[in-house]
Amino acid sequence: MSTEKTEREAIFSPKNIKLLTGPLNLNNPITVQVLGICSALAVTVKMKPAIVMALALMVVTAFSNLLVSFLRNGIPARIRIIVQLVIVSVLVILVDQLLKAFVFDVSKQLSVYVGLIITNCIIMGRLEAFAMANKPWPSFLDGIGNGLGYGLLLIIVAFFRELLGSGTLFGFQVIPQSLYNAGYVNNGMMILPPMALITIGVIIWVQRNYNKALIEK
Amino acid sequence: MKALRKFLDKQKPHFQPGGKFEKLESSFEAFESFLFVPNKVTHNGAHIRDAIDMKRTMSFVIIGVIPTLMFGMWNVGYQHFLSFGQHPDILTNFLYGLGKVLPIIIVSYGVGLGIEFLFAQIRHHEVNEGYLVTGILIPLIVPPEIPLWELAVAVAFAVIFGKEVFGGTGMNVFNPALTARAFLFFAYPGNMSGEKVWIADKLDSFSGATPLGQALVGNFHNFPSPHDMFFGFIPGSVGETSTFLILIGALFLLITGIASWRIMLSVFAGGLLMGLIFNLWGANQYMQLPAWEHMIMGGFAFGAVFMATDPVTSAQTTKGKYYYGFLIGMLAILIRVFNPAYPEGMMLAILLMNVFAPLIDHFVVKSNIKKRLKRAKVALVE
Repeated sequence: MSTEKTEREAIFSPKNIKLLTGPLNLNNPITVQVLGICSALAVTVKMKPAIVMALALMVVTAFSNLLVSFLRNGIPARIRIIVQLVIVSVLVILVDQLLKAFVFDVSKQLSVYVGLIITNCIIMGRLEAFAMANKPWPSFLDGIGNGLGYGLLLIIVAFFRELLGSGTLFGFQVIPQSLYNAGYVNNGMMILPPMALITIGVIIWVQRNYNKALIEK
Repeated sequence: MKALRKFLDKQKPHFQPGGKFEKLESSFEAFESFLFVPNKVTHNGAHIRDAIDMKRTMSFVIIGVIPTLMFGMWNVGYQHFLSFGQHPDILTNFLYGLGKVLPIIIVSYGVGLGIEFLFAQIRHHEVNEGYLVTGILIPLIVPPEIPLWELAVAVAFAVIFGKEVFGGTGMNVFNPALTARAFLFFAYPGNMSGEKVWIADKLDSFSGATPLGQALVGNFHNFPSPHDMFFGFIPGSVGETSTFLILIGALFLLITGIASWRIMLSVFAGGLLMGLIFNLWGANQYMQLPAWEHMIMGGFAFGAVFMATDPVTSAQTTKGKYYYGFLIGMLAILIRVFNPAYPEGMMLAILLMNVFAPLIDHFVVKSNIKKRLKRAKVALVE
């Protein structure tokens, strides 16, 4: 009798909260699991596309996790990847159409990277590792959490790249004109992809410095 | 001298574990061994002993670049006054150049050594001499008008991301001096390329294009004579212009056995071969440029002598050194002639081959193992 009671968890039990907050730091999809690096390099030149991309990915991860989790007992193990891909691609197409309808300019900047969410390792990783083995609600939270962790990193990287590379934030000039007159020049390398990789490297460096548990022996 | 020794001995206990300045031990150690030959000796085991150590190697390289540095300072002044049509005496030229180049050297050493000391402190290891050479090479490969704050950023980037993240001196994949230059080139292209930056404070109407810049746009009137290019009376980065003095430095490095003649030779051979291939092709005026003129233009000689031979980032095996150098030479000329965005291919060629150096070594070692195995099998069969 007592076992039945423990199975019925509160909606925001500590365990579920952990699904949301874990990916923000100790289980971050980019810095710890090292997934989804490619798009993180491509869309972080400016803040606005980075945020839109992060939202798009969060929606897709959350809902694909939710749907796959509902179907998890009905999906034959042999064709599960195909079923997952169908679900993910339906969601990606929906998101892509929504972006084209409401934020056309950002959608133009993101170009193929919205479509490439289908191949994003974070989504496939969460589906395989979590949604296939857990109930819908925790899976949904896990999707949101990983989307947030991805988004957090994208925003940090985009912040430094836009600030140092273009001197702007969200397109508004932040670095005062007087500094430019005094000889300051925007760092052209921040706009190039290598610097995004180095920025992510620095974030990993800082993170591991504070969380010794992450350092491999 | 004795008083200094006494003073250091008196201060030493403070820096040892348990002392007041325990944390600054590595800085103290660095200063002490900079001033005096350390009296530490190996305690056990048989070792081959040689008077040469890392500090000696580094100081020999610095001696090797001094001729080009001195000439570079003079040339900065010479080019500046030339753009105004003036021909002052040697001293005026030199002092003008000194005023331009000395701040660059100070910033390069100040920022670079500062970061090295910081990392030594945090990681509790000795301060290495590695930066002494990098610090003098960086001023030689930047234009005289480089803004000092940009240089400081580039030096910090090169030391942290080019060297310290890999584990410090001797562990780096890329040549740190070239990393700094590549950073400047991509981050602040306005101050690193074009016609305006190679002559300090020039007259606006005077064209300041380097021979490489001219060649790339196919402008071969008033092309400097081979004599001027060989002796270095052309605009360019501070230390790269005079092939003659670079060769003197190279001679010094070869006699003292510091640099690898195999790498130098094969860089020049690779460059010449690529130049000759282009001569045969001859599709445009740049390709028809005599192959040997490539050797005396831009930073080819400087890169071959002081950059490609860096013992840390070059190939380690004897055979590997030939491949490594040869490919640098070929790639440098290839990039020069073909890529309109990069007038000078030497920097990118060396950095690219830095990445491939371990791979080259790997295959050389592998092929050697295979050869010996074959020999062993033949011996067994007989």
